[in-house]
Amino acid sequence: MSGPEIISATDAGLTGCTQCGKVWPAGTARCGRCGSHLHPVDIRSLQRVWAWWWAGLIFYIPANLFPMLRTSTMFGTQENTIAGGAVELAQHGDWAVALIILMASVLIPIAKFIAIAYLAFTVRVPGQRGGRHLMLYDVVEFIGRWSMIDVFVVAILSSLVQLGFVATIHPGPAAVAFALSVAFTMLSAQSFDPRLIWRVPPTPDPEQPAPQVTRET
Amino acid sequence: MNAPLPPIEDLVACPHCDALHHLPSLGENERAFCARCGSLMVAPRARSFLQVLSLAFSAMILMAAAVFFPFLSISSHGFGHASSVFEVAMAFSDSWYAPLSLAVLMVIVALPALRFAGLIYTLWPLANGRPPWRHAAFVFRMVEESQPWSMAEIFVIGTAVALVKIGGLASISFGPAFWAFCCLIIVNVLKNAYMSKSAIWEAIGKG
Ligand SMILES: [Zn+2]
Ligand SMILES: [Zn+2]
Repeated sequence: MSGPEIISATDAGLTGCTQCGKVWPAGTARCGRCGSHLHPVDIRSLQRVWAWWWAGLIFYIPANLFPMLRTSTMFGTQENTIAGGAVELAQHGDWAVALIILMASVLIPIAKFIAIAYLAFTVRVPGQRGGRHLMLYDVVEFIGRWSMIDVFVVAILSSLVQLGFVATIHPGPAAVAFALSVAFTMLSAQSFDPRLIWRVPPTPDPEQPAPQVTRET
Repeated sequence: MNAPLPPIEDLVACPHCDALHHLPSLGENERAFCARCGSLMVAPRARSFLQVLSLAFSAMILMAAAVFFPFLSISSHGFGHASSVFEVAMAFSDSWYAPLSLAVLMVIVALPALRFAGLIYTLWPLANGRPPWRHAAFVFRMVEESQPWSMAEIFVIGTAVALVKIGGLASISFGPAFWAFCCLIIVNVLKNAYMSKSAIWEAIGKG
């Protein structure tokens, strides 16, 4: 019992609630059970994905160019960017930690941008794509929030390392840019409607007029 | 369509893939997965309300401890310094990036606490077999929708990374708040394991 046996709520003239799963007739504005806004599976929702995606990408640039941390010791003041901090750790011999930080704050954010863009491009073509796209989406949703770890590390270091002339650490402007970049990328992923992955080509059906037509009533 | 659809009340659409399912009535410990994308649609409901409720209460107490007790302390060459979670969040407050302090406080303390409070509000009457309180649907929806922004567990892992970065520079000791935070993470994992979102929505819908 798989494949053609399964129909989408949209194809049956219904709209499913993405929060609680309850099904309502197409055109219903709000879910009567949980109150969340019902939205049909619509390719135009990708516009919001792209808007947040660009916002995230733009803030990712200063996040890498500006210093994340300012460390003052007896020997002077030093400024570290995200990548610079990892390189320094590697020079101290902490290869494992350097690699983890490089993964978490450089590789994962870039992979996230690529993954969202890939999803947003491929679902433009209607068709049954199946589980692999959904898995990619789940991974992006799960991993996105973890990038915020860098911001927390900066906060912990700057509040804790206040040791007079021995060492003091202050946050740099990149912390703000990085936090915004992570937040915008999360919003981009959340704006993506995974139901688009299974969208089938809209068939011209006289009994189900297009949404623009129903809005007139 | 060829076959007539069952009544709309008996249908469920998968939130992930929009596949339409005819909701079967499940036994105590059965779960239902989406036939198309495989995501969990109905989790077992046995005993879950009361357990989730008690876990949410424990989490609230732990959160109070995590906020008011010292979190970490550092000492090196005669200089010492202790920070509470509140002070950690305030690390950004003495410059133009003060709003970031507020955001950090939101995602590591305020939002997790509000989510637990919302869960208690939703489940208290349900666990006692009573109809849900007013606006329970709204409260529980907010609890669910704010989930990605609640980052207490990420903060705890962040502590570990920060400790490695400090390395040999100074000696660090953990305060009670650190352990409270760790317990909070465990309680939260247990809560997620026991909680059945579908059962809660069903109970709210009936009330
Ligand atoms: Zn709903
Ligand atoms: Zn599904």
